Amino acid sequence: MPRVLINLPERATRGEIIEIRTLIQHPMETGYRLDGNGARIPRDIINRFACTYNGEEVFRAELFPAIAANPFIAFSTIATRSGELIFSWTGDDGQTQIESRHIIVE
Amino acid sequence: MNKAIRDLVGEAEPQQSKVKLELPSIVENGNAVPLTVSVESPMTEADHVEAIHIFNQKNPQPYVAVFHVGPRAGKARVSTRIRLADSQRMVAIARLNDGSFWSDSADVIVTLAACTEQ
Repeated sequence: MPRVLINLPERATRGEIIEIRTLIQHPMETGYRLDGNGARIPRDIINRFACTYNGEEVFRAELFPAIAANPFIAFSTIATRSGELIFSWTGDDGQTQIESRHIIVE
Repeated sequence: MNKAIRDLVGEAEPQQSKVKLELPSIVENGNAVPLTVSVESPMTEADHVEAIHIFNQKNPQPYVAVFHVGPRAGKARVSTRIRLADSQRMVAIARLNDGSFWSDSADVIVTLAACTEQ
């Protein structure tokens, strides 16, 4: 299971713009590199990242091989009400890793 | 890159001023270059950024990333880290909900390129 770091405030004021920083452990293999025998290493990247807030999508990214290994993405959202933020990373292999965080909005 | 941009904007000519693309002007290591893009916008239902497309000139593929944002973002500002295979120009193009396109570019000098290590 790749390691994931998610940084967002535990509490926020209603209407506040909060910054969310995320990072997932992943090689982001470009498909352009060669191995020791001169054979091409197949592409294997996270190609999609999304964040939903109480079920509503607030941010989504399409990623390409030019994104660095261990993709870092920082974005913002408005703290509307207490609830769950769900983060999902989807790879070329179709696997999706999902993490969630709770936020208290008062 | 020019074709990819043309495929996105069609006949439109992206306007300057609203988008700000920030990258270091000189980077030692092209494997992880910090990039921040922001767009001046109230981010309301009536007036907001829908997507920000990041392009590069010399990597094997013109696209770097597409960020989909909206009124729930509060502000249109996204950061990531990218790979650069060579010194080159980067372009960010934002599409607003009124269909207009806005762009900014940044030139980066890379002393150690990404993608070359075995």
